[in-house]
Amino acid sequence: MRAAVLLFPGSNRDGDVARALRGSGAHVQTVWHAETSLPAGTDLVVLPGGVSSGDYLRGGAIAARAPVMDAVRAHAGRGGLVLGICNGFQILCESGLLPGVLMRNSNLRFICHRQSVRVERADTAFSRGYETGQAIDICVAHGEGNYTADPSTLARLEGEGLVAFRYCTRDGRITQDANRNGSLNSIAGIYSPRLNVLGLMPHPENFVDPLVGGIDGKPMFDSLAAERAAA
Amino acid sequence: MKARVTVTLKSGVLDPQGKAIEGALASLGIAGVTSVRQGKLFDVELDGADQAAAEAALGQACEKLLANTVIETYRIEMQPGQAAAAPAQTPAEDAAAEGPASPAAVDPAAATDIAARDTDMPTEGHP
Repeated sequence: MRAAVLLFPGSNRDGDVARALRGSGAHVQTVWHAETSLPAGTDLVVLPGGVSSGDYLRGGAIAARAPVMDAVRAHAGRGGLVLGICNGFQILCESGLLPGVLMRNSNLRFICHRQSVRVERADTAFSRGYETGQAIDICVAHGEGNYTADPSTLARLEGEGLVAFRYCTRDGRITQDANRNGSLNSIAGIYSPRLNVLGLMPHPENFVDPLVGGIDGKPMFDSLAAERAAA
Repeated sequence: MKARVTVTLKSGVLDPQGKAIEGALASLGIAGVTSVRQGKLFDVELDGADQAAAEAALGQACEKLLANTVIETYRIEMQPGQAAAAPAQTPAEDAAAEGPASPAAVDPAAATDIAARDTDMPTEGHP
């Protein structure tokens, strides 16, 4: 597994996600946003969390128009794997690789806490290390994570099983209280129709080492590292 | 040439920021406000005198970057002052009417207009 972690001006979780990937055995290279191509043999592109280009205009809006994004689009078009975490999810939505938009949290607060999310399907390159329906312990840290899409897009996501994770209680129940940013249908992450692009607001890279209090993010990186991508 | 682009949320899209402002206005005792929707405003300056081309360029700018058309709509208004004085004329006719070509780089009248409106803005006494 060869992973390319994109670096935008203002990315700040690139080091953590690279460490998580290496910990699972992946080969990792960092790629600057102004590049026009990805390293040869790239299986997985990761858009890390952070505050790309200051989140000016809208979260992820400027980064989504960076030169490297054409190469990412081509990679995804070939079936290559793409993972966008937090600001990376915002960039994927702004670039059109995933539908919908992440609006300001409905409570208008930056939220930063431990959060349970329910794994909606465990049969993708990202989620094979989990069980379907499992509530995993993870962290969120964002001001704009309120997933919104028009009713037909939402119906398509639900109908085609493209919801990856939902905010839930520790025992896996989907409740209003567990959905602290106001996302439609408690959506915390979604897949592209071919299941090769995943965007999620929570940070799996936070919890890959028992020293920091949790390891429920590690199965995602183990699953990815074990994957020999179709690309 | 100058233009003003206004980007607003589509009706029906929840606007938490607008709601918060609405609440703050109510707490200031400003009566009668039933709804606030927050948007963005861009003042853009463009080269050239072809208004149609400028509008087309701004349309692209809105579709590709300034607005997220999933949730937002935009409005483009060309600012009066230069091209609007004779909107039907082609650039060639402009040149013929005005004699020696004077590319509309900066219109002093429009600049003054902007400056005048800026000085109208209160700088102190904000509640």
